[in-house]
Amino acid sequence: MKTNNLLLQSVTQVVTFLIFAFSIYLFFAGHNNPGGGFIGGLMTASALLLLYLAFDIQSIKKALAFNYVNIIAIGLIISLATGMVSMFLGGPFLNQYDQYVHVPLFGEVHLTTAVPFDLGIYLVVVAIALVIILAIGEDA
Amino acid sequence: MTFLHWAIISPFLLAILIPFFYRYIPKIHTGWFVFILPLALFGYFMQQMLQTTSQGGVVEASAPWVPSLQIFYTVYLDGLSILFALLITGIGALVVLYSIYYLDKKKEALNNFYVYLLMFMGAMLGVIISDNMIVLYVFWELTSLSSALLISYWFQRDKSIYGAQKSMLITVFGGFAMLGGFAILYSITGTFSIQETIASADLVMASNLFIPAMILVLLGAFTKSAQFPFHIWLPDAMEAPTPVSAYLHSATMVKAGLYLVARFTPVFAGVPEWFWIVSGVGLFTLFWGSLSAVRQKDLKGILAFSTISQLGLIMSLLGVGSASLYFNDGVENALYHAAIMTAIFHLINHATFKGSLFMAIGIIDHETGTRDINRLGGLMTIMPVTFTITLIGAASMAGIPPFNGFISKEMFFTGMLEAMEISAWNMQTFGILFPVIAWVASIFTFLYCLILFFKTFTGKFKPENFDKHVHEAPIGMLISPIILVVLVIVFGLFPNLLAYSLIEPAMQSILPGVMTGGERFYVDIYLWHGFELELFMTMGVIALGTLLFIYMKKWSSLAIYKKESDILNPLYDGSLSALVTGSQKITRAQITGRLRDYLAYMSIFIVLLLAYTMFRYDAFSMPTENISPIPGYMWVLVLLFILTTVVVPFINDRMAVIIIVGALGFLVAIFFVAFRAPDLALTQFLIETVVVVLFLLAFKHLPNLKKERTKPRIQVTNAIISVGVGVMVTLIGLSSYAFRQENGLESISQYFIDNSYELAAGENMVNVILVDFRGLDTILEVLVLAIAALGVITLIKLRMTGREDV
Repeated sequence: MKTNNLLLQSVTQVVTFLIFAFSIYLFFAGHNNPGGGFIGGLMTASALLLLYLAFDIQSIKKALAFNYVNIIAIGLIISLATGMVSMFLGGPFLNQYDQYVHVPLFGEVHLTTAVPFDLGIYLVVVAIALVIILAIGEDA
Repeated sequence: MTFLHWAIISPFLLAILIPFFYRYIPKIHTGWFVFILPLALFGYFMQQMLQTTSQGGVVEASAPWVPSLQIFYTVYLDGLSILFALLITGIGALVVLYSIYYLDKKKEALNNFYVYLLMFMGAMLGVIISDNMIVLYVFWELTSLSSALLISYWFQRDKSIYGAQKSMLITVFGGFAMLGGFAILYSITGTFSIQETIASADLVMASNLFIPAMILVLLGAFTKSAQFPFHIWLPDAMEAPTPVSAYLHSATMVKAGLYLVARFTPVFAGVPEWFWIVSGVGLFTLFWGSLSAVRQKDLKGILAFSTISQLGLIMSLLGVGSASLYFNDGVENALYHAAIMTAIFHLINHATFKGSLFMAIGIIDHETGTRDINRLGGLMTIMPVTFTITLIGAASMAGIPPFNGFISKEMFFTGMLEAMEISAWNMQTFGILFPVIAWVASIFTFLYCLILFFKTFTGKFKPENFDKHVHEAPIGMLISPIILVVLVIVFGLFPNLLAYSLIEPAMQSILPGVMTGGERFYVDIYLWHGFELELFMTMGVIALGTLLFIYMKKWSSLAIYKKESDILNPLYDGSLSALVTGSQKITRAQITGRLRDYLAYMSIFIVLLLAYTMFRYDAFSMPTENISPIPGYMWVLVLLFILTTVVVPFINDRMAVIIIVGALGFLVAIFFVAFRAPDLALTQFLIETVVVVLFLLAFKHLPNLKKERTKPRIQVTNAIISVGVGVMVTLIGLSSYAFRQENGLESISQYFIDNSYELAAGENMVNVILVDFRGLDTILEVLVLAIAALGVITLIKLRMTGREDV
């Protein structure tokens, strides 16, 4: 039974961006407010899930042509690489650094190595949630 | 590493080369390459004996093996060791020579045979020359192993495998017990060296572990030497090729137990327990073996039980001789160390006559194709040389003059009669049993010697009984038994050949410290020593044995005679199969294959263990102080929680269960909110959502839940277990909270609160801990997630359809 879920699809098109934006906010807020890579990743995953629920899998796959398994690997590499940077600088593994930098247009910006570390976690979480659900969902 | 070290190792080294000889020089019988080694070793030990040990000297050398554990490869060559070394190498050389003619070059796997045989020879030399108990044990187990390999040489036969397994199980059991005994001795004296243990024998004597150590060491000796009731492996070991039976199961390996008893006599002897166990077991084995040998119809069966019986004889003499360590005055001493002398003398005699008998029986088997005494007969004129060999061997075994068996039997009677005189240990009451049992056993010994001899060689020769054309053996096969019977005669006529060179030094090592002030044992053995009581006892033996043999027809119809197998065999077989079926039953009872049962075991075990620990340390307590006030909304939350939880087991629809469990998850998230954990709450909300989606996806494919019918008993059990787990966990939670309050343990969280911004430049403490303070945990958790995702892909996308090649 194929119904025309116009209402759902229209709402989804709008809401997805809201959720996505919120997840980005959560990700960046993590250091000083509730949030972080894990929560942000799950939130992004649920935005994408909503897309998959509202539209058919094939068209979403066309629109978002990611290979999620590769993203897992990329995420892990980013996190590990962040941890290893400190080893090259003579510190122990996973030593984090931070610096206040003045960037044009943005003003005073607080840069910390915890962000790329969290980014790796974010990518892994997004990808595994989708890998698992799509693998089970596509299984006939 | 001295030459003596290499002498022990040399058989192992040669064993490595044997397969190459067998493979690349097939024209020459592999045995010839082996033959050289025992001959050379025999020469070496002869030279050692003449130079050193016969003067009472010892050769001692040590090489470190595992020095940190006090394990040294120490060789110690004294009178006792050299006696065994000469037996092993001498009879070893003869057996190899015999086997060259016995085993066919083309039909048999000679490479296996000689590798095992050399392994055995090396291991046996190691046992008797090692001074370190651990090294002794290693070689001891090697003899068990190589012996089992040799018994199962014809491994296509079921009986060989059965015999090998039996001997392996029994001797390894004993060897393991012996290791336990050594460990106890080590814990008492702090050394693994036998000589040092002997030196501190009074320390061992005073220990309250004396009896366990003694019994464990004796278990090793009794199993190896086939003493009652461990003798049952020896008759089944007769499935081995005859050279193996001659070598292992008459002359050398079975005497390893005697060696052990003799070697440890200075440590343990002088107490009634040792005396009674060793001489009692020995006497009973003597009696039982001779009685059983009469019933056998197989020639090798007769010899097997005869070996058991003779080993019992030597063992009982060692037991009686141990009394000389108890008495300190020279007169009584001398009475009992004569028993030790007899034991050594008979040990040599037995090796010579039993070896020759085995070889003779092997010839008969080889040339006629049967060993059944009911089929054999009338071989006297056909096989005259074998006949002569058997005659002399059997006569010596029966104790007829002028052969060496006669002398040792007379001396045995002397020893047993003197045992009656021991003025201690209840010997006044029970002492009379010693000569009586010995005498009766000797009658049976005489009887089976007669059976062995007359049934084989006299009577009418019936060619139809044999599959082969019967003829005398080739000369090569006869050389070895001829040498042995010549020794039988020589030792019989000139027993003092052995007395000064071998027996005296051996006695010196069995009974150190008995002779003081530079005195030495004086051994003088005569073939003839007058009309004593012993001589009349021998006459009685001969007369009664002959009578019994003449009237054999009458008593051979008795039921007990017909039954060939030992009555202990059903016991062994029964307990072995009971062990198998019993352990199968136990395994099946607990390994049910139902995960529910295993979960129950684990839960019960954990609950009981925790409950025991809590009771044991009286750790129950209820927190009384610092309890936070409970706000009203918390009661509502908890009530909701309990309600949702209680409902779950009663729902029969899977989807409903998922939704209720989801509701539980959201309740937990609300808890997190209430306890001010925003990160946790967020994560919990999101995870719960994703998990519910996953469950719905996955459970769509499953069939509907069915009403399960379980017995009420099981339901009650499950309820009890789950209540128990719940109560236990609650109690532990309360108690540990109370413990923390009472002991004022500080949390480490203050450090994070203080340093979250200072060190990590973040205000969200949870996130700072996750990515900065304890980032390693986070990386590994993410790795876990990644592995789970790859696992799901493997399970679903790479699922097999059943047609792939695996």
